[in-house]
Amino acid sequence: MSTQDKVIAIIAEQAVLEPSDVTLDSTLQDLGIDSLGVVESIFAIEEEFDISIPFNANEPEKSDFDISNVAAIVAGIDKLVLEKA
Amino acid sequence: MKRVVITGAGTINALGHSVPATLAAMREGRCGIGQLDFRDVERLAIRIGGQVRGFEAEGRFNRQQMSLYDRFTQFTLTAAKEAIEQSGLEFHGELSAKAGVVLGNSGGGMQTLDENYRSVYEDGKNRVHPFVVPKLMNNAAAGHVSMQFNLKGPSFTVSTACASSNHAMAQAFQMVRSGMSPAMITGGSESMLCFGGVKAWEGLRVMSKDACRPFSANRNGMVQGEGAGIFVFEEYEHARARGAEILCEVIGFAMSSDAADIVMPSKQGAARAIAGALQDARIDASEVGYINAHGTGTAANDKTECAAVADVFGPHADSLMISSTKSMHGHLIGGTGAVELLACIMALRDGVIAPTIGYEEPDPECALDVVPNVAREANVAVALSNAFAFGGLNAVLALRKV
Repeated sequence: MSTQDKVIAIIAEQAVLEPSDVTLDSTLQDLGIDSLGVVESIFAIEEEFDISIPFNANEPEKSDFDISNVAAIVAGIDKLVLEKA
Repeated sequence: MKRVVITGAGTINALGHSVPATLAAMREGRCGIGQLDFRDVERLAIRIGGQVRGFEAEGRFNRQQMSLYDRFTQFTLTAAKEAIEQSGLEFHGELSAKAGVVLGNSGGGMQTLDENYRSVYEDGKNRVHPFVVPKLMNNAAAGHVSMQFNLKGPSFTVSTACASSNHAMAQAFQMVRSGMSPAMITGGSESMLCFGGVKAWEGLRVMSKDACRPFSANRNGMVQGEGAGIFVFEEYEHARARGAEILCEVIGFAMSSDAADIVMPSKQGAARAIAGALQDARIDASEVGYINAHGTGTAANDKTECAAVADVFGPHADSLMISSTKSMHGHLIGGTGAVELLACIMALRDGVIAPTIGYEEPDPECALDVVPNVAREANVAVALSNAFAFGGLNAVLALRKV
C-alpha cells in the first residue's frame, strides 16, 4: 500500500467511512473527525509509519506538521519517512 | 428534609449481568468465584476471583467508545442503563440540570494502566495511545454516565477504597434529601482483576487461595471481585407523582474515621458509623432486621465487625440477621457497597435474606446469625449496609421497606 492508501485507510476508520469516501482534498473537519479523533489519527499514523509527528493539540496550526487536508498529511508523512531514512 | 427512594437498580458482577440474575444467584447461594483468566495469571500466587464472564463489550459499544472506555467504565454504563431504564426517568430540562452522578471507585482504569505499563516497561515501546489518561482516570465512568444520560448536575467520583460506593451513595442521598437535586445516579464500580491489580493485593497477604468464607472459623482471607452497581435515588414525591415503582427507601447514613491504623479495622470506628446511621435515620436499633456486612472473610474484619454490631445492638444483635454476599461475588473494592445494596433491596422488597456461603465452622468471635449457606425468608423492615475501608474510613447506609 502507498502512503496515500495507508493514510486514507486510517482516516476512514477514524471517521467510520469507506476509504472511497475519503479524497486527497478532504479535510479532517469535513469528515467529522473531532479533536480527540485528530489526536488518535496522529497516533495511528505514527504507529503505522514508525515516525514521530511534531503535533501539539494546543496549537495545531503552529505545528510543523500540516493537517489541513489528506494531501498535506500524506506529504508530511513522506517527508518524515525520508528524513528518518 | 425530603424523603429519598430508590426507583432503579442495575448491576453487572460475577453473579450475573443484571439485577434479576444477581438476585436469583444470591437466593440460590450460588458462588461466582472461580479461576481467574487473564494474561500472566500463572505468575500470581492468588488465582481466584469473582470475574465477570461472558461480557462482550464489542457488541455494546462502538469503536470510538471502546477506545475511551476502560472495563470499569463499560461495567458502569451497562449497570447505569439497566437502572435508568427501570426508573423510567428521562433527563431533560430542569431535571437534567439538577440531576447528577456520584460514583464510588478505587482503582480507576487498572486494566488500562496494566496494559500500558506493560507496553512501555516490558515491551519497551515509547508511544502510548492518546486516550490513556481519559480512560484510566477514576472519574471517567461518572463522566461517561453524565454524557450518555444528559445529567448536568453535581457529578463526581468518591474514592475511599472499600467504602467508596457507600460514601458515594451517602453523598447522593444527601443531595436528594436536602432538596438540592430531585434525582441522582449513584453506586460504584471496580475492575482490578488484571495482573497488576491482583499482584498488588497479593503483596498484602490477606487474600485467600481457595474461597471467601466470611465469619467461618476457618476463613483465610478475602477474594477480589469486579463489576458495578448503579441506582437511581429519587425524591419520594417526585417518584410518586409519576407513578414510579419504589424498590425501597434510603433513610439515613453515617460516616466515621477510625483515626487509628491504615489497614487494621477498629471496633469503635465501625460502631460509631453503625450507631450514627441509626441516629440519622431516627430509628431504634430494635427495628433493624438485616445487616449486609462488610464481611470480607479476613480474620481482622469479621471479628471486629461482629464486635461492633454486638456493641451497638446489645441483646438485639442475637435476633437480627447479618450476612456477607462477598462470599458469592467477591470483594468489589470501590464498587462493593453498591452491589451489596442489592441484597438489602432483596431483603426489604422480596423478604429474602441472601446467605453467607462457604460457611463451615462457627467462630465464637463471630457468634451472630450470619445466615449460613442458605437464603432465608424473613420480613424485614429496616436494613443496614456496612462498609469499612482501609484508611479507617467507614460508611453505613440505612434503608427501609416502602
